[in-house]
Amino acid sequence: MARAATTADAFNAVAEPRRRQILDVLAAGERPVNDLVTLLGLAQPLVSKHLRVLREVGLVDVRDEGRQRMYRLNGQPLKPIYDWVKNYELSWTRRFDQLDVVLAELNEKEHEDGRGDE
Amino acid sequence: MVAVTSSRTAVVTLPTDTQIQITREFNAPRHLVYRAWTTPDLIKRWWSGDRGEVTLADVDLRVGGAWRYVMTAHGSFEVGFHGEYREIVPNERIVSTEVYEGAPDGEAVNTVTFTEKDGRTLVTILVQHSCQEHRDAHLNSGMEDGMQEAMDHLEQVAVSLD
Repeated sequence: MARAATTADAFNAVAEPRRRQILDVLAAGERPVNDLVTLLGLAQPLVSKHLRVLREVGLVDVRDEGRQRMYRLNGQPLKPIYDWVKNYELSWTRRFDQLDVVLAELNEKEHEDGRGDE
Repeated sequence: MVAVTSSRTAVVTLPTDTQIQITREFNAPRHLVYRAWTTPDLIKRWWSGDRGEVTLADVDLRVGGAWRYVMTAHGSFEVGFHGEYREIVPNERIVSTEVYEGAPDGEAVNTVTFTEKDGRTLVTILVQHSCQEHRDAHLNSGMEDGMQEAMDHLEQVAVSLD
């Protein structure tokens, strides 16, 4: 099966670890491309290539400030990824709710036993 | 990166393309959480969540020992999981393999860590898959569970209309 294009949607765009790194940096605030080059330790053409992919799926926005291009995170396209994971999360949440009940009982039993020893 | 922050919610993150990490804090010391995690009669009470009944919980808690859980989802279909214990540090850490019997090719390695602080216990489960395809299929199985729940709720509604 051919791999989907990296620009097809956010799922493909964030499959690349370096692009997730860029998003992590931008999550802390807007940055010029030079900052990203320094922080990631990558060559500028490579950073620009990653930024282009992220822009195409709408994960980053860009604006010109003087002679600099400023990049910032736009989280909206991450929503489908979040929803996808959330379903899995729900099944664990339900499981752990049941475990809470078991633990409350074990806690109570242990306290009773503790009092019995005194 | 992808997380929900609430102490009552299991927090699921995807640290790498081949991993899933689940964390949750419990209001109990870790020796009790460990007991609930490893004792068959107790596992049967929580492991299926509200999605059915655990009909089998075999635990041979020693390195090289096997485990197997089977759940009947609301009396309709059975799902089984099994694996082998690779490392056991009582009350601290369990490393084991896990195979979902519906997709037996995708063996994962689970590392469960129990950390206690102020009488509360943080449980971290790191699921390591051999490739992204298996990791994604694992996450999708949660999706199917969600669908199953939705169908069950639909059924309840339908019955109440009788």
